[in-house]
Amino acid sequence: MMDIAWAQFTPWTALAGGALIGAAAAILLLFNGRIAGISGILGSLLTTRGSDLPWRIAFISGLLLAPLLWLLAAERPAIEINAGYPALISAGLLVGIGTRYGSGCTSGHGVCGLSRFSMRSLVATLSFMGAGFVTVYIIRHLIGGA
Amino acid sequence: MAYSIASLIAGLVFGFGLILSGMANPEKVLGFLDLAGQWDPSLALVMAGAIVIGVFAFQWAGKRPMTFFGREFSIPNKTSIDKRLVVGSLMFGAGWGIAGFCPGPAMVALGAGEQKAFVFVLAMVAGMMIFEVAEKLRAPA
Repeated sequence: MMDIAWAQFTPWTALAGGALIGAAAAILLLFNGRIAGISGILGSLLTTRGSDLPWRIAFISGLLLAPLLWLLAAERPAIEINAGYPALISAGLLVGIGTRYGSGCTSGHGVCGLSRFSMRSLVATLSFMGAGFVTVYIIRHLIGGA
Repeated sequence: MAYSIASLIAGLVFGFGLILSGMANPEKVLGFLDLAGQWDPSLALVMAGAIVIGVFAFQWAGKRPMTFFGREFSIPNKTSIDKRLVVGSLMFGAGWGIAGFCPGPAMVALGAGEQKAFVFVLAMVAGMMIFEVAEKLRAPA
């Protein structure tokens, strides 16, 4: 019944990349005692003062620098953004407001929350995955007709 | 200082993971979210790979009184499943489905110099500011 895109399916890099994401969360947890929740780390930059600020800036800097270091050793990663500007702006607003109201995103709830068997994070993850599936269905199959 | 270096390394490794896995590519993310189209299941394996390592990390952390740096663990203790959690997550998911970006990959694409990622991140930070202002208005002064 499901139509799998075998040509796009990349199981090994997906697993290895996922393991790196898990390892990054492990580093932040085991050394700094913090949860690698990107929306929380970024969002609280807006209000955090004092000793909690440097590690947050360092983590976000790491994310920003990763593609530059990547280019030293490997080819330019594929980043294909087909959404137009109005879509990007509304999506950004929804992601910004939603992740802060819901206290987390794919990393904080999806990776860290599920890794510590949090029911709260499971509910959040099912909610945003469900909303993501429905939104893409509406855009691609009801409106777009593709 | 050590604290920030560990954090920088974690951010870098996280970013490499997003790039290697394909999460930093919105078109691939949308291929995963498009159940009714040609479905690319890759991102389910990204989650699986991350969670397998994550489970070990949290088990290990649970057995230690302090971190390797001698700090206390700061782990969320909220367990309430309320409207804010669900409505916020639904909003996030809708935005994720529109552009294919969640916060981490958007930062990585911004670092790669993508102009569209810059616009998305600006809107996302504006959204986070709207949240902060709304919270201030809600809280009794």
